[in-house]
Amino acid sequence: MIEEQTIIAVMPETLAAETRKMKEQGYRLVQICVTRLGEELQLDYSFDLNRRFVNFRFRLPKTGARVPSVSGIYWCAFTYENEISDLFGVQVDGNVLDFKGTFYKTAMKHPFIQDAAPAPVPAPAKPGDQ
Amino acid sequence: MGNRTIIPFGPQHPVLPEPIHIDLIVEDEKVVEAVPSIGFIHRGLEKLVEKKDFIEYVYVAERICGICSFIHGQTYCQGIEEIMKIEVPVRAKYLRTIWGELSRIHSHLLWAGLMADGFGFESLFMHSWRVREHVLDIIEATTGGRVIFGSCKVGGARRDIPPEQMRWLLSELEVIEKEMRLIADIFLNDNSVKHRLCGVGVISKEDAIVLGAVGPTLRGSGVADDMRLLKYAAFGDLDFQPISRPEGDSYSRCAVRCAELFQSVDLIRQAAAKIPEGDIAVKVTGNPDGEFFSRVEQPRGEVVYYIKGNGTKNLTRFRARTPTFANVPPLVKMLAGCELADVPVLVLTIDPCISCTER
Repeated sequence: MIEEQTIIAVMPETLAAETRKMKEQGYRLVQICVTRLGEELQLDYSFDLNRRFVNFRFRLPKTGARVPSVSGIYWCAFTYENEISDLFGVQVDGNVLDFKGTFYKTAMKHPFIQDAAPAPVPAPAKPGDQ
Repeated sequence: MGNRTIIPFGPQHPVLPEPIHIDLIVEDEKVVEAVPSIGFIHRGLEKLVEKKDFIEYVYVAERICGICSFIHGQTYCQGIEEIMKIEVPVRAKYLRTIWGELSRIHSHLLWAGLMADGFGFESLFMHSWRVREHVLDIIEATTGGRVIFGSCKVGGARRDIPPEQMRWLLSELEVIEKEMRLIADIFLNDNSVKHRLCGVGVISKEDAIVLGAVGPTLRGSGVADDMRLLKYAAFGDLDFQPISRPEGDSYSRCAVRCAELFQSVDLIRQAAAKIPEGDIAVKVTGNPDGEFFSRVEQPRGEVVYYIKGNGTKNLTRFRARTPTFANVPPLVKMLAGCELADVPVLVLTIDPCISCTER
């Protein structure tokens, strides 16, 4: 194992308070990550202090997901929050720099919660093909 | 208060090889606020993991970026290996370390050239890139590729560096080191360069942490944090301490990168002296079932991959948080209060890689 990684379950309601505690202890916000798990979204808020990796985790329904912003605590969170909003359709309440869906210019709305199109099937070889 | 004007900077700009846009709100010649905008070329490579076999996906991970391509592949492979509990041969770990540090040298030299071009020192730009070509020659001789190496795979490495080639590599590094000393000397001591960099775009240690800065941007503000301290690959066997400087200005960030050039040469020499004989790869069977946050130090800073598998050949999720993405908020903060003429140089002090950011 390269490093120990602590994953702590939190509730969306307590996210801001828990995040504030991390800031007070001197943690750096590493990332916010969303993973689609069927009809749910898993949200991960990762922090680091002297290479101690701590991750807050909770789940939300895929449709109508809302979270409070932590950009008032860690200003740099605005990039991650715009990202999860644009790619996964997560509604972030109170983002200090909300691009309102224009952070990424994507061909379709919320592409990362769409089912992947099936991979193209190679055409069958014809007689005489090398 | 002077008149406020919004000046669009990018996405097409002489100092930007890749598209990023910043709205600069200026009062006379002073920037009072900057609003970044990315996403012009977002490629959705993370989504592609749903279609590609997890073994094949190494090739995609390497193509996230054309500069730190090898380290992207390494980060991905390490993540998969952690999930599948694959013990990589020690020799492969040393090979990864050597190629990773060669990548860092050529990336920092690329940055040095762009930076010199940014502040109008054209001969320094050409000199930096000439030396970089020499590093690429070594990479080509040892991997067969100059930009995309394709030499890292899940379970180890695809290629070995035989002893005679290792001796040649070290002799070439001596020449490169001498050339880099000349470049670093100009960056660190030339009055015209220092005039453009010293005291410009200061980020304090506390701000760098709270703003989520990584890599030389973080270490240039006095935080000696480097993911190589996690002792991945062969770093546990090598003598390594992160380089940092306390000033937090543009000069400080440049000085960290200049010092890291020689640190990487030293790390390659250490690795070459200690690399053991043995296999370079193990056979991989099964599919990844589990999750891991894989963290590695790229030339621009910490990269984080979240990899989650469900026991099938396709991963459930692959997410890459690249260093430039983390360094955008610090950039925005350092732009506020600077002179308009300093903006191009300030942007280059974070060594932006938009290709990574738009993965």
